Amino acid sequence: MVTQAKRTEQPVSLSDLPDARGHFGPYGGCFVAETLMGPLEELRLAYEKHCVDPEFQAELDADLARFVGRPSPLYHAERWSRKLGGAQIYLKREDLNHTGAHKINNTVGQGLLAQRMGKKRVIAETGAGQHGVATATVAARLGMECVVYMGAKDIQRQAINVYRMRLLGAEVVSVESGSKTLKDALNEAMRDWVTNVDDTFYIIGTVAGPHPYPAMVRDFQTIIGREARAQILEQAGRLPDGLIACVGGGSNAMGLFYPFLDDKGVAMYGVEGGGEGIESGKHAAPLCAGSPGVLHGNRTYLMEDQDGQIIETHSVSAGLDYPGVGPEHAWLKDSGRARYVAATDQQALECFHELTRIEGILPALESSHALAYAKQLAPTLDKDKILLINLSGRGDKDIHTVAQLEGIKV
Amino acid sequence: MSRLAARFATLQEQGRTALIPYITAGDPQPSVTVPLMHALVAAGADILELGVPFSDPMADGPVIQAACERALEHHVSLHQILDMVRTFRQQDEQTPVVLMGYLNPVEVMGYQVFSTAAHEAGVDGVLTVDLPPEEAHDLVVSLKAEQLDPIFLAAPNSDDERIRLMTQSGGGFLYYVSFKGVTGANRLDVQSVKEKLTRIRSNTELPVGVGFGISDAESAARIAEFADAVIVGSALVKRIAALVDRPEQIPAQAPQVIAEMRAAMDQVVSTS
Repeated sequence: MVTQAKRTEQPVSLSDLPDARGHFGPYGGCFVAETLMGPLEELRLAYEKHCVDPEFQAELDADLARFVGRPSPLYHAERWSRKLGGAQIYLKREDLNHTGAHKINNTVGQGLLAQRMGKKRVIAETGAGQHGVATATVAARLGMECVVYMGAKDIQRQAINVYRMRLLGAEVVSVESGSKTLKDALNEAMRDWVTNVDDTFYIIGTVAGPHPYPAMVRDFQTIIGREARAQILEQAGRLPDGLIACVGGGSNAMGLFYPFLDDKGVAMYGVEGGGEGIESGKHAAPLCAGSPGVLHGNRTYLMEDQDGQIIETHSVSAGLDYPGVGPEHAWLKDSGRARYVAATDQQALECFHELTRIEGILPALESSHALAYAKQLAPTLDKDKILLINLSGRGDKDIHTVAQLEGIKV
Repeated sequence: MSRLAARFATLQEQGRTALIPYITAGDPQPSVTVPLMHALVAAGADILELGVPFSDPMADGPVIQAACERALEHHVSLHQILDMVRTFRQQDEQTPVVLMGYLNPVEVMGYQVFSTAAHEAGVDGVLTVDLPPEEAHDLVVSLKAEQLDPIFLAAPNSDDERIRLMTQSGGGFLYYVSFKGVTGANRLDVQSVKEKLTRIRSNTELPVGVGFGISDAESAARIAEFADAVIVGSALVKRIAALVDRPEQIPAQAPQVIAEMRAAMDQVVSTS
């Protein structure tokens, strides 16, 4: 491990990170093959230039409003709050975005950036298919060629999203190597990028990967937290006591957390995929039960064995089935600013049903993990406390998975 | 003088270009590796590159990905690979051995523990594909303290400043990746490699090896005309893959491709 002291220049605030080379404390950085160093520098410069360009921002804001449908509502789940018998639950409705999840906030941003950089081809990796659909959607709208890499195992369990991507004109490439899931799709996308780097823009879907991706994806997702902060102040007249979001790679959580980092009274909880339980070893919870290492361009917490090989993850939710996590989460964990917990498949499935029946909202299985922790935490708090949960996506894509688990043929 | 420096100096005197075969340690099974290393030296290898298998070999094409998977079926660990080098050294004290792989196995073992153990085992250089010089400071310090050469990869789009940065941090030789892509792809353009090497040489004193896409005796010979080393991976690993059902025959048969390359390379006059 590197020494922390050298990398950390005592930031004024957590929200000042990363440093110039993409480090969040000892995490993050740029661990890639040499061929990608130049293109990553080009991307960093382009992003730094355009993100302060009022014209770029105006175009992005207009797309978020008219194409994505923002702002997404903040909804007080009164019936569920009453049932839980404690804190008031507010849901940030990212499920109502175009394409059904928060992923589009980022792909709209990166798509515009790709266009400004003159790239004609975009590639992406996807697990559950939500990021793939969001990328294919933006590529269709911008008239760009789009190739999405997806693990063979995920292609089987997310057939509808595969077809959606193909309808949108994307080529979906089945990845047969390794564990045939999201991490292998990311490997294959990296291989494509290193080969076609001159004309191709790689739209990474989460706050992981080499610098500048973790910071850039976070920035595009902070629209969630900025809206939620203003909305809760308007609706409740004060900041929430806690934020809860599910964490796979961690982009929806980072987008919610970041604008609250300096609000000391706001607790933050990231909920990882607990699979069959942490003690079973069959889970996708690197922050709860992993250790630091280097994968996919950054140093972060990983699911790895004693030899440094990446181990297979288990989660009912394809979007959480990833052995790493964004480096900023690793740093928020170590610094104590955020707490990371896990919810099991079973707990998530229970909340999937509960929210659907009580509030008439069908949550994604990923988001159901955040709900599962809210269900544990809310009853321990007084009724005047507020928990704000990121409902990161809608559950329509998961209906087949849930039906199959319950032995029902749809 | 390090084994790598000594070997390059000798080759320079002889007017020969180094031939560096790559194999993945433990592929297709651990018992094959040390006999294969000796057989490669006998076939004309000047330096050996021993791959440390990784579960997520992002910079590798399908041939070496499959080799990693075969090795990892036997749970080949970095400790075991160092044992292989130690065993190899009992019979061969001259041929330099470079470990090539990804950072995480080294990161998890710990930079200092790894460097000490690698030096004791008889390793000469370490090449980590996903560790550019900007992130390499701590590992470079640990390696150099144990007289190990940190070897960096240069790419077609590495500018002069980056070549100088690699030269400052690195040692042994510079590994020039002949094209933008993954190992084993068929994209070698000898003329553009030659032009780029001229440029690189004006920014480094290190010997420059060329790898990626050198698939046969002819391409090896053409690169040997101007490079200090020819590095061959996928072309050799393919021969190993073809013999997975008869692993005992691998040390005798797989190195033939190296012997052919050696013969072709020795026909040409090196201008390096």
